[in-house]
Amino acid sequence: MYRYDEFDAGFVADRVAQFRDQVNRRLSGELTEDQFKIHRLMNGVYLQLHAYMLRIAVPYGTLSPRQLRKLAYIARTYDKGFGHFTTRQNLQFNWPALADVPEILEDLASVEMHCIQTSGNCIRNTTADHYAGAAADEIEDPRPYCEIIRQWSSIHPEFTYLPRKFKIAVSGSAHDRAAIQVHDIGYQLVRNESGETGFMVYVGGGLGRTPMVGHKIRDFLPAADLLAYTEAIVRVYNLEGRRDNKFKARIKILVHEKGASAMREAVEAEFALRDPDALRLPQTEIERIRSYFAPPALPRRNAMSSAFEARKAADPNFAAFAASNLAAHKNPGFAIVNLSLKPIGGIPGDITAEQMETVADLAEEFGSSEVRVSHEQSLVLPYVALDDVPAVYDALRAQGLATANTGLVTDIISCPGLDYCALATARSIPIAQRISSRFGEGERARDIGPLSINISGCINACGHHHVGNIGILGLERKGVETYQITLGGSADEACSLGVLTGPGFSYDQVVDAVETVVNAYLEHRLAPDEPFLAAFRRLGMAPFKDALYRSNAGADI
Amino acid sequence: MALYKNGSFIKDAWRSISEGEDAPPAGHVILPLDWWLAEREAFEGSNAPLGLRLDPGASVSAFLPDLHRFSLLALAFPKFQDGRNFSLARLLRERHGFSGELRAVGEVLLDQIQAMARCGFDAFEITDPNTERALREGRAFGVSHFYQPSLGRDRPVGDRPWIRRSAH
Repeated sequence: MYRYDEFDAGFVADRVAQFRDQVNRRLSGELTEDQFKIHRLMNGVYLQLHAYMLRIAVPYGTLSPRQLRKLAYIARTYDKGFGHFTTRQNLQFNWPALADVPEILEDLASVEMHCIQTSGNCIRNTTADHYAGAAADEIEDPRPYCEIIRQWSSIHPEFTYLPRKFKIAVSGSAHDRAAIQVHDIGYQLVRNESGETGFMVYVGGGLGRTPMVGHKIRDFLPAADLLAYTEAIVRVYNLEGRRDNKFKARIKILVHEKGASAMREAVEAEFALRDPDALRLPQTEIERIRSYFAPPALPRRNAMSSAFEARKAADPNFAAFAASNLAAHKNPGFAIVNLSLKPIGGIPGDITAEQMETVADLAEEFGSSEVRVSHEQSLVLPYVALDDVPAVYDALRAQGLATANTGLVTDIISCPGLDYCALATARSIPIAQRISSRFGEGERARDIGPLSINISGCINACGHHHVGNIGILGLERKGVETYQITLGGSADEACSLGVLTGPGFSYDQVVDAVETVVNAYLEHRLAPDEPFLAAFRRLGMAPFKDALYRSNAGADI
Repeated sequence: MALYKNGSFIKDAWRSISEGEDAPPAGHVILPLDWWLAEREAFEGSNAPLGLRLDPGASVSAFLPDLHRFSLLALAFPKFQDGRNFSLARLLRERHGFSGELRAVGEVLLDQIQAMARCGFDAFEITDPNTERALREGRAFGVSHFYQPSLGRDRPVGDRPWIRRSAH
């Protein structure tokens, strides 16, 4: 992973000192709350229902054990002993005091972490797919490019006061685990016929109140032009994006209103006028950054591990874990291990200080000292030998981190919702908990197979419900919570937005409704190996709508 | 209003004309863009120093042919969160070669001045009393390490001159 040198450390130290000064000027009244707010947000400090919330950047979802241990320390010292992983690979603490924040930022800086630009109308954390560097299907590790974008976009003088937030994602494989088509800019690593590395470019994707799938504006952007092209896109957005209405201010609205062709022309025109040397990435620079992401030197192992196979044969729980939570690795004899932060009936994405320390220890002992945060609010150990998976599993199990549900119906993504968030219109976490308990960890969930459920507690869609196979949106009508269900969403390379089933369901009915949908799938699927999403795309909405709104489904109107 | 340029407060040699006001073609006036577009013939043959005021979203093509006539461009920030004129400033300097005074007007606050300078602004109209006091007291602001090339006073650092810069 990237290691700070003196310059990078100096940059973060500058920022901490600057923010400390801004806090003092706020406390003395020299800055109004409105003037201070922008600096507060640019340092990741949100005001929420109960307290300030601090959002810590985890660049491209990569963490070292040392960093995880510091996060555990911060959780214990300044918060209530736990943190929460988000759908953008960041970590949130929900209870810090504003006066403690400069101290916390110094603690983070000591392990090369920060909260810079995790909020505000600026370029946010550039995310990657969480299997980067390890996945068997990868063209190239996307993280060096994320790091290059991250540095360039940090306290950028031209792009600090954009119409709205700006989110970039980079995928290193054709199979998109980074949801690039629902980002403001999505970069897909590709190779051209000459074998040169470049990017397919998507612009104008996003979720929120007006979900839109991004438009491809370039089939091949040479890697050397990555920053210059990004600058062209962001500049067009800065100049032309709407500033009259906060909910119409993202680049997706500009692309929609201008038209994708006109947007492409504007970006290409701006790009064509650039000074060719100003931001061209020298190959030496790409290689310098790439050297930080060199895969760990993994010893050669046999593709088959007898210890692993023996444990599977002997222990059905371990076998279930192996079936759902492991992903294929580039290196024979190794696995990518998914740690579930979705215990049955638990709060999705939460992690205690003690759990963080266990994961840090496991990463050091068995995982080449690397941890990843996924977009699904879980953690990943990307470099574990199959021989070691049993020991890792036992340690995870002792800490409640071994639920065998990666990608299954109980691997639910949920926003914090009404219990935490000032913007929410409905509770989301209790819905997640109840759905999880309903399906449990066992044969039934395994039989249902891959199924993503995303829950948002308001129309801002932080739970990404639009791209859930089953999406749930919590609204409020006349003081009562009502939940809309969408079906058929997907954030991968076959990106699609979910379709509304019909009238919403009450807090008491919605879990039954979800179960009705699942049962309809089980009834109509061609075979156990036809996943929910494929079945929905084949069948359409009719059988699901029918099942939900027959008289015994009891839907609210 | 106090005008801040090159690290100190100076007397302002310019006068801003507002919409509807008559401007004699005598020197050192800053004209609103609409005014200029309507009255430019009145300035034919005059070599009085002229300034132009540009609100966010101003059409560049409208005044670009006349750019050489202006020795001052005042780019407005009606609200400090409106960042459009950061882009215009850079384009005027880098793409169109404007070398006259580039002045930030409107809601110009202490914490934005460094970014403005790095986008090519070299003069700042200060109306916020806290900002003025901080500048008069010589209080440090901003950061001293940068990850982008810019038009400010920073200079390249080490072996990565194309992207790393320092204020020192």
